[in-house]
Amino acid sequence: MDFRRRNILGLAELSPEEIGHILDVADSLQEISQREIKKVPTLRGKSVILLFVEPSTRTRVSFEMAAKRLSADTFAVSPSTSSMTKGESLIDTARNLQALKPDVIVIRHWASGAPHLISRYVEASVLNAGDGAHEHPSQALLDLLTVRQKKGRLKGLKLSIIGDLSHSRVARSNIIGFSRLGAEVTVFGPATLIPPRIEALGCRRAGRLEEALEGADVVMALRVQRERLGEAVLPSEREYATCFGLNRARLKLAQPDVLLMHPGPVNWGVELSPELAEAVESVILEQVTNGLAVRMALLLLVLAGSKGVIR
Amino acid sequence: MRRLIRGGRIIDPSQGLDAQGSLLLDGTRVEAILEPGQAPPGETEVIEAEGLWVAPGLIDVHVHLRQPGHEYKEDIASGTRAAAAGGFTQVACMPNTSPVNDNASVSRFIMETAQAEGLVRVAVIAAATKNLEGRELNEYGELARLKVVGVSDDGHPIRPVGMLRRVMEYASTFGLKVIDHPEETSLTHGGQLNEGAVSTGLGLRGSPAAAEEIAVFRDIAVARLTGQPIHLAHISTAGAVELIRRAKAEGLPITAETAPHYFSLTEEAVLGYRTEAKMNPPLRTAEDVAAIKAGLKDGSLDCIATDHAPQSELEKETEFESAACGIIGLETSLALSLELVREGVLSPSRLIEVMSLNPARVLGLQGGGLKPGAVADVTLIDPEVEYVIDPETFLSKSRNTPFAGRRVQGRAVMTIVNGEVVWKI
Repeated sequence: MDFRRRNILGLAELSPEEIGHILDVADSLQEISQREIKKVPTLRGKSVILLFVEPSTRTRVSFEMAAKRLSADTFAVSPSTSSMTKGESLIDTARNLQALKPDVIVIRHWASGAPHLISRYVEASVLNAGDGAHEHPSQALLDLLTVRQKKGRLKGLKLSIIGDLSHSRVARSNIIGFSRLGAEVTVFGPATLIPPRIEALGCRRAGRLEEALEGADVVMALRVQRERLGEAVLPSEREYATCFGLNRARLKLAQPDVLLMHPGPVNWGVELSPELAEAVESVILEQVTNGLAVRMALLLLVLAGSKGVIR
Repeated sequence: MRRLIRGGRIIDPSQGLDAQGSLLLDGTRVEAILEPGQAPPGETEVIEAEGLWVAPGLIDVHVHLRQPGHEYKEDIASGTRAAAAGGFTQVACMPNTSPVNDNASVSRFIMETAQAEGLVRVAVIAAATKNLEGRELNEYGELARLKVVGVSDDGHPIRPVGMLRRVMEYASTFGLKVIDHPEETSLTHGGQLNEGAVSTGLGLRGSPAAAEEIAVFRDIAVARLTGQPIHLAHISTAGAVELIRRAKAEGLPITAETAPHYFSLTEEAVLGYRTEAKMNPPLRTAEDVAAIKAGLKDGSLDCIATDHAPQSELEKETEFESAACGIIGLETSLALSLELVREGVLSPSRLIEVMSLNPARVLGLQGGGLKPGAVADVTLIDPEVEYVIDPETFLSKSRNTPFAGRRVQGRAVMTIVNGEVVWKI
């Protein structure tokens, strides 16, 4: 297909065909990472700025390596090493970065919508690497790719997402991505952590944990953020583990070959029982590999369009 | 000097008048309304009003003029110029200045500055409680002697409820109108926009309609308890309109305003993280918009006020969660409100009632009517002229409006305050 997008700000703005196309391109790029020399010259001379206003290790390293495998030059900007600690506004930062004429700005920010804001001020392509509680498109794409590889399909699969849906950008992007590609998405969590009208994103809201897990092909547990305990939305980690935490017994309600995922890092003993460590870790390697491929695909597609894709 | 505004459609709900005629002003007062073609004896200067509406000057009971303290956003001179250009002959300014207008010194400063530099009349609303904090009453006696017209804690509800009761009781001693911002803040903490599918999709915390409705219910209950009047600011939800409708049917002394954005836009205006549509209370749903229109039509809502809230780019062009609330409204209010006339929601006479007569009555202001002897505050309106809203042409110092680029019809073409033409197109 003909892919023409300057920015990737969220999966909400992508059609099912576009999402599927990104996954196909990512699949075709996997092979590069298998080579002895893991580098192709496709994006030579292009520059990619990694603007991580909110700290991140995994996503930043993955984007950086993705750019380097395509021979682009990368420049990392983080608040502690930039003028943003001196109170420089995001727009001033964006304008200054634009003056350097980068081709892509990858942004991670604590505020929902920050990528939208800077995209109005820069000519470079903007890739959202996670904004507030809004979206984390590259994470959802790598989850989609991983599930597609493991299960051989997405259409008709049952995905259950359990936990803090209110503050999770990963959950939002996954609900949108999986539902657009034909999966049935069910969500469940303490009602204090389910945002209103979440069904509008493309999911069903279960009334009980058992109902959410019943027959699931894929279960995704979300991280409990400890700071939420102070906001009167959760009484204690102990109660969370008892009422909402996943363990082997509860997962028996799901399909026998259920795939268990977690966007990480895991609070063991809270959202997941330690006995599930092996199950979660068994997919992590694929998620990391797929993350790299998905991010290479995004860089390639916004910079070169479909024609730039190498086979 | 006598002036004859000749041959317009005179719309004055204070005397049930909507007819062709001429308006004769003598100096600072209305002298008479003349039949079409009737010429007054003696010397007059003639203003032709053929094809125009001749209305009592529009009055906005809810504006922020930002002086003292935030003159980079607006000041009394620029704000009153924006008002005149929007057809307003009088505005009532809110107390969230810096320092807060919670005392006679600041009130006097505003009045004197308005006298010296203002283009339209400025009525002053002082803080209900010291520093808007809900802990101590202000000196209403002294404020009333200065002719302050009302008290309000501006962007905060007057709280706690016990304090609201004392404010209403004490204010009644001096005839000051109490204006409340209805919001149950324990439900809106961190709220950036209306709570619902849009807030969830954008990953932003929402403010539920219930927060406004609980506060409206509270205010109505305290009005019933004290028997004293209260005016409710910027009503935005269907549930709040219904509560006010029932309270009025019960005969309680409740008045309420809404703003043009609450009947012109829905929560979807913020999609794409458009901070120019961020305000408090937030834009709501299509059902709420319909209820606001119905409330204006049936009298549940008394006034259209703008909540003119100038903000500079510094406060607005930033992350949505960091952006300030509020939009300017003085130069767009009439055109947006005229859309309700073209939609058949309001008659021209009802429009003037909610933009002039009722605002004057709610705050006990002069103006609002054109009976002989009334102050010569008059707005001439061309209801037909078509144009596109362009913030670059605004006289306000600020540009924060979600209506840029909107095609509208109708505007003020002349604004007369106290017999003087203060603005014309």
